[in-house]
Amino acid sequence: MLIAFKLKLALACVAGLAGPLAVAPLLSDAGIRGGADGTGQAIVEVRAGNVSYRVAGDFTRNGRQAAAPLRHITFQEPLAIMKHQVSSADYQACVDAGACRSLDRGVVIAPDRPAVQVSWHDANAYAGWLSRKTGEHYRLPTDEEWAFAAGSRFSDDGLPVDNDDPSKRWIARYERESERKPGGGDVRAFGSFGINENGLADLAGNVWEWTSTCFTRHRLDDAGETVSARSNCGVRVVQGQHRSYVTDFIRDARAGGCAAGVPPDNLGFRLVREPQSWVSAVAKALHIARG
Amino acid sequence: MLTRRAALLSAAAAALMLAVSAPAKAADDLKLPRQKVELVAPPFVHAHEQATKQGPKIIEFTLTVEEKKVVIDEKGTTFQAMTFNGSMPGPLMVVHEGDYVEVTLVNPASNSMPHNVDFHSATGALGGAELTLVNPGEQVTLRWKATRTGTFVYHCAPGGPMIPWHVVSGMAGAVMVLPREGLTDGKGKPVKYDRAYYIGEFDLYVPRDEKGNFKAYDSPGESYNDTVEVMKKLTPTHVVFNGKAGALTGKSALTSKVGETVLIVHSQANRDSRPHLIGGHGDHVWETGKFSNAPETGLETWFIRGGSAGAATYKFLQPGIYAYVTHNLIEAVELGATAHFKVEGKWNDDLMTQVKAPSEIPPAKTN
Repeated sequence: MLIAFKLKLALACVAGLAGPLAVAPLLSDAGIRGGADGTGQAIVEVRAGNVSYRVAGDFTRNGRQAAAPLRHITFQEPLAIMKHQVSSADYQACVDAGACRSLDRGVVIAPDRPAVQVSWHDANAYAGWLSRKTGEHYRLPTDEEWAFAAGSRFSDDGLPVDNDDPSKRWIARYERESERKPGGGDVRAFGSFGINENGLADLAGNVWEWTSTCFTRHRLDDAGETVSARSNCGVRVVQGQHRSYVTDFIRDARAGGCAAGVPPDNLGFRLVREPQSWVSAVAKALHIARG
Repeated sequence: MLTRRAALLSAAAAALMLAVSAPAKAADDLKLPRQKVELVAPPFVHAHEQATKQGPKIIEFTLTVEEKKVVIDEKGTTFQAMTFNGSMPGPLMVVHEGDYVEVTLVNPASNSMPHNVDFHSATGALGGAELTLVNPGEQVTLRWKATRTGTFVYHCAPGGPMIPWHVVSGMAGAVMVLPREGLTDGKGKPVKYDRAYYIGEFDLYVPRDEKGNFKAYDSPGESYNDTVEVMKKLTPTHVVFNGKAGALTGKSALTSKVGETVLIVHSQANRDSRPHLIGGHGDHVWETGKFSNAPETGLETWFIRGGSAGAATYKFLQPGIYAYVTHNLIEAVELGATAHFKVEGKWNDDLMTQVKAPSEIPPAKTN
């Protein structure tokens, strides 16, 4: 049973090895508008463009560990995403409405502080509530969308695989994750970690953000294309100073979970707003929005 | 607060009056060579000979008590620590059997409380505690003979309820008395090490407010009453190596190389612990820390009795990241008792290899 426990830890800790992210410069110039839907949450529109993306997950080729492939992804449509992480005050409104689980004691409730120590389920509950409340469709970003919006704040975690010496990769990953920016885990006011070229605030600060991407093991062919994949959606990708994989019901990853890794400081999130379909736009106009 | 401090001081004054006053000795009565050792902060250990051909000496150390506010976890929880030389644990002092240990205990006037030191390795006067109680602004020098070999705890023991509180506030360290001929495996074969690390484990008891958040205090005295209530429940809020959860991880991870033998001294002055090196072993383990006993060999987990220090050697055979934990995994993962070793070197496929990477479970054969 202990072995099972350790295996589970190991699984949850499988390093996301994402790669060098040449971010297309044309991504900048994002249109920014805030609080248009009355939620008080500013939305940034990241212009359509490309991203060079190191795929999340674990990879094998011919029955051996393989490096994560680098893919070029085109976003045909602009991406509407929250400028800030969801604030603890906004999250608290969902708690007060009976739709979200209470924040842990110790989380400062303020309109300019992120909701932290939230699980993936908490983030989804909030997205569902906000969508019902506004008639818009909010959801967590995929890992690809997060990387696209993060631009230069997305760090490529690609690492070579040496099948003759697996320790090299572990040590390289450990050293990279240990290069944590100083400042500690205390939550700061919005804007403390700066704004990226797309107008998003506080990316890769000391709050890691949930994505909807499941932990997936890919089997690659010789050309590096995925020929089969097996997902474990009990573990989701979180993004921040480094990519990490966290079990979906965990609210506080700081205690570790990894026997020998460097865990995220805080878990928070921001949401993507789906473009409105004409049906929902009409429904909203007629004040018959869902929920 | 002033009242409490006054009470603490008067309790100490009473203890001082009860303490036996020993006659001061001339500094050169032993006619032995003297050596002054500059102590270093754990997990490191000051340079020392593993075996010595020199005769006994008087080894001089200085311990300066420092009361200070420290941060004990990643969440920024603060703690009113009392320390020897500013670190939790206090520094490891290494001498050889037959040496005289001459310790000057300094209690600067900036401190708020009286302190002393009880050496488990010393004989008489409550380990020296009776002869070393000093008020803020005082210092004292104690000499004791290292008659027994091994790793031993030292800690502050200023009387009554002050004893456990000072200890779980950080005032504990260790002494290592090496046999003059060095360590052996109990069958006459020398046991040597390439580097030594000292890990001091502390169980900490931080009070919470009515909302359940950890409370912060401006002085040790102000934290006392609340802290004792938590202590008496015997359930620590933190179990940490070297003063803080994560103190020996990341950029501060312990380092070694494949082929190197590491000596790990582990002390716990108040509570039992079970060191375990995940992915490694204990080659030679003096679980009770006393070198006159033969070491156990090839251990998976060893036991450190509260109030003692143990020693283990391990030669790293495989590179990678190792976790050194107390194998109560709740304490290791949730309460903080995890350190990491980063070990460089060449992977040994014979010892371990991933024969087949994870993949789908093949369908059952139907014939």
